[in-house]
Amino acid sequence: MTKHEWLAQKYPKHEERLQRFSTISDMEVDPLYTADDADGRDNERDIGFPGEYPFTRGVYPSMYRGKLWTMRQFAGFGTPEDTNQRFKFLLAQGQNGLSTAFDMPVLMGYDADHPRALGEVGREGVAVSTLDDMERLFDGIPLDKVTTSMTVNCTASIVLAMYFAVAEKQGVPLSKVGGTIQNDMLKEYIAQKEWICPPEPAVRIVTDMIEFCAKEAPRWHAVSISGYHIREAGSTAVQELAFTLADGIAYVQAAIERGLDVDDFAPRLSFFFNLHNDFFEEIAKLRAARRMWAKIMKDRFGAKNPRSWLLRTHAQTAGASLTAQQPFNNVVRVTIQALAGVLGGVQSLHTNSMDETLALPTEQSVMVALRTQQIIAEESGVANIIDPLGGSWAVEALTDRMEKEAYAYIKRIDELGGMIRAIEIGYPQKEIADAAYRYQQQLDAGEKVIVGVNKYVIPEERPIEILKIDPEVERRQIERVRKIKRERNQALVKEKLGRVHAACRNGENLMPVLIDAVKAYCTLGEISDVYRDVFGVYRDPAWL
Amino acid sequence: MSDQKVLRILIAKAGLDGHDRGAKIIARALRDAGFEVIYTGLHQTPEMIAEAAVQEDVDAVGLSILSGAHMTLFPAVIQALRQRGAEDVTVFGGGIIPQDDIPLLKQAGVKEVFTPGVSTQAIVEWIREHIQPRAAV
Repeated sequence: MTKHEWLAQKYPKHEERLQRFSTISDMEVDPLYTADDADGRDNERDIGFPGEYPFTRGVYPSMYRGKLWTMRQFAGFGTPEDTNQRFKFLLAQGQNGLSTAFDMPVLMGYDADHPRALGEVGREGVAVSTLDDMERLFDGIPLDKVTTSMTVNCTASIVLAMYFAVAEKQGVPLSKVGGTIQNDMLKEYIAQKEWICPPEPAVRIVTDMIEFCAKEAPRWHAVSISGYHIREAGSTAVQELAFTLADGIAYVQAAIERGLDVDDFAPRLSFFFNLHNDFFEEIAKLRAARRMWAKIMKDRFGAKNPRSWLLRTHAQTAGASLTAQQPFNNVVRVTIQALAGVLGGVQSLHTNSMDETLALPTEQSVMVALRTQQIIAEESGVANIIDPLGGSWAVEALTDRMEKEAYAYIKRIDELGGMIRAIEIGYPQKEIADAAYRYQQQLDAGEKVIVGVNKYVIPEERPIEILKIDPEVERRQIERVRKIKRERNQALVKEKLGRVHAACRNGENLMPVLIDAVKAYCTLGEISDVYRDVFGVYRDPAWL
Repeated sequence: MSDQKVLRILIAKAGLDGHDRGAKIIARALRDAGFEVIYTGLHQTPEMIAEAAVQEDVDAVGLSILSGAHMTLFPAVIQALRQRGAEDVTVFGGGIIPQDDIPLLKQAGVKEVFTPGVSTQAIVEWIREHIQPRAAV
């Protein structure tokens, strides 16, 4: 009997509990998948082996039997000293890499003492305006031993310059500094929306960083091509996959146009995906992402080095999936999402804390989140078998479908002239806003369920303990940056800012100039002002 | 019913954060519910928001804040409206706002605060019940 015959003859006799079964992204799924769904799939060619092209089953041959994923909890709040203390706590708890959250003024290019920073200093991340702050942030943390991830984009060039300057002060050569800076400006216009200048000059700065790191800091990932925020903004899983890879295509294209050889920088490109609630959809997304990127790099860009074909990715559980209602339930959501990440073969993982829909997480809730990963890694046994869901009719069929639908989006973006053009006309932005609105309508109608929010609601809840940021933080940071601005060598600052200005205009690589400038205590806000001056300011088109 | 003025509502994103998913969903839902909706776009200062409220002659301002700066920005918007003689514009809002802060925001003049998980219908119903068209000047 074929699947078609079974569905036509046997299945209709049995009632279903829902009118329609779909993923959280509203992709309808079949009741059952069988070998008949493998039509057109060549197991050897399309699934293959881990560590072998097209890497559907994983980027490394031994996967988690060789080395567990990096457990990397995103942290940052208050003063650099506050975050430094949290870093040390996390390292003491067995975490093996750092991940830095910066506050909104950093993410938008303002110093702590700027009027626009009022009320935002140290709130959503750590406050950093000068090299002095960066030194305090990484005080006592050996930058040749710990790898650091930094979530910052439009000011990534400045923050990275500061990080490299700290390494230099620690006596660590750039060749030994390892880590990742998010630096994915295209997804900023699409989803996260922290920017200074328009897309073209922003991509030029990203390309400067890719070029500089390829030559000077070979262990550094100069860009982390991020779907995370695209998904958080309300996209479907397919949109997340497609727009992320399309952003990747745009960066590779820009670097090739700069004159770089694809194999000189592609092995250092890394990715960052979201892990949402729909278990199989997420696993399929990650498997499809690896296969698609391998083909894109090999066939579209002609990369020869097999390491250029690898999609290595960090992942984070979905912040938007957490609920303020019955917050302990979030621990369960995070577990399911993290498990999807592990079964999807990620290289690095952040698990959200249960209280993150209320405020930044407390130390205790961060520990539960980290323990969740450790339990998955060392108790559940899922890390003992490589790609254990490979060959599942359902998972392979979903993987094929995600790939097909994501390619359709990429084709459309190519037709529009590439991702920068697509962003300029608001194409991905509108697609995401439509998907987000559709999902909200489904929630409001009860077609999609969020436990504790639109089903199984209880009236009274005891609020849980949350982290509060002392308003004193802002005052202290303002004083600190003002003091540095008073006491530094003003003539040197003026000269260095002039050099940045010139490099912005004449097209020379900005990174060496920026490292020089931050060492003279030019501030993040001052350098951002140079960007504003030379490149202009991007304004939100406010499409609904 | 037919001669009743349609409510005009400004949905505004104050502060530096770029989380506009909620603001856009609310703006669309209010528009679908029959209100006239103006959306400011991201990264607005309190002055820009108050200025837009006056220019657009709105009856209410819905503020969306997810950066943690709500205790600074909500009162600043209310202050900026007052300075422009628009204190009768109702201010409501939503975002990641801890329960403990809500009474303080209400004292500062915020009419209602919606937190994550609320349905768009609940917001629409609240607006219908609590916001009247401003008196013609």
